[in-house]
Amino acid sequence: MGTQLVMYDEEYNRINAVCDRLTKDANAKVVFLVDKSGQLISASGQTQNIDTTSLASLTAGNVAAMGGLAKLIGESEFPNQIHEGAHESLYMTIVGSRVVLVVIFETSTSLGLVRLRVKKASDELAKIFEALLKKTESPGGMPSPFAEISDDDIDNLFSE
Amino acid sequence: MSFINYSSREINCKIVYYGPGLCGKTTNLQYIYNKTNPETKGKLISLSTETDRTLFFDFLPLSLGEIRGFKTRFHLYTVPGQVFYDASRKLILKGVDGVVFVADSQVERMEANQESYENLKVNLAEQGYDLAKVPTVVQYNKRDLPNAVAVEELRALLNVRGSPEYQAVAPTGVGVFDTLKAVAKLVLTELKKGG
Repeated sequence: MGTQLVMYDEEYNRINAVCDRLTKDANAKVVFLVDKSGQLISASGQTQNIDTTSLASLTAGNVAAMGGLAKLIGESEFPNQIHEGAHESLYMTIVGSRVVLVVIFETSTSLGLVRLRVKKASDELAKIFEALLKKTESPGGMPSPFAEISDDDIDNLFSE
Repeated sequence: MSFINYSSREINCKIVYYGPGLCGKTTNLQYIYNKTNPETKGKLISLSTETDRTLFFDFLPLSLGEIRGFKTRFHLYTVPGQVFYDASRKLILKGVDGVVFVADSQVERMEANQESYENLKVNLAEQGYDLAKVPTVVQYNKRDLPNAVAVEELRALLNVRGSPEYQAVAPTGVGVFDTLKAVAKLVLTELKKGG
C-alpha cells in the first residue's frame, strides 16, 4: 500500500500558519490544503459556508483528471490551474507532487498577487512536507494509534 | 492510503465501490446516505451524466465514531462502471484503503462482472497495489431478480480468495450496511497490523 500520510502537532501548526499567512498576504477569501487522494489537511479564511470535505474530494478529482490529461499530451502534470468565475476564482497549485494548495479569491485581489504569494507559500509547504515524510519513515516515529486497538474497539464502532 | 492526524486526532480512510456498469454501486451509496444520521454524514456528491450514469465518481463522507480518542472517518467513492471510462476509474483508485466489488447477479451480466474484476486487478496493479493485499469485500447484488445466478457460480468467478461476501438488494438496503461494516472492519484491522 502507498505511504500513509501522518500529521503531527508541530508540522500541523506550521502548515496552518503558512495557510493563514497566505490568506492574509494574497488577500484571499479561503486557502485550502488537500492531499491528492482527497483528504483535507488544512483550511484557512472564511470557511464557514463552504463544505470543506466535498471541496477536498472534488479538488483531488479535478487534479487527478488534469494530471491524466497532461500525461496524454506528454506532460508530467499541470502544476498550476486557474478557474475564473464572475465573482470568485480558484487557483490550484501542486506542492511537492503530493498535496494541492487551493486559493479562493474575489475580484478585490489580483491573480498576479495570488500567484506571487502562492509561490512563496508552496516553497515553504514543500519543505514542511519533506520533513514530515522523513519523520514518518524514521523508525523512531510515533506509533500508529491503531497499534494498540483491540478487535473489541473495532466491533464497538458498529454496535448500535 | 489513510490519513492520520495526531493534532486534530482524526483518521481518514478511503473505500472504493467497484464493479460493472449498472451493478448498483451508486445505489449502495444512496441507500447509505438516506439511512444515516445527518450528523454522521456529509453531502453525497454525484458527478453523473444527464441520464444519471456515473461520469466520474460519487462521493460520500461518513463518520463512524471514535476509536481510542481518534475520530474515524470513511470516504466512500464509486467508480464509473461503463467500460470506456477506464481512465477515470484508475484515478479514483489512487490512495484506496479498501475495495467493495459489487457484482450484478443477473446471468447476462456474468461476463461484465468478470471483465470488471479483471480490470480492477489491472488498475490496482498500475497504482502499485496487489488486489490480494487490499482489504476487499464482495457484494452479490440484485439477488431479488428472477434471472440471478447461484451464489456458488458467482463465488467461483469473483471470490476465489474467499473475501467476506454478502448478498444484496441495494435499493431496499438488503446487505448494504453489512457490506460497509465488513469493509470498514477489514480496513481498520489492516491499519492495526500496519501500526
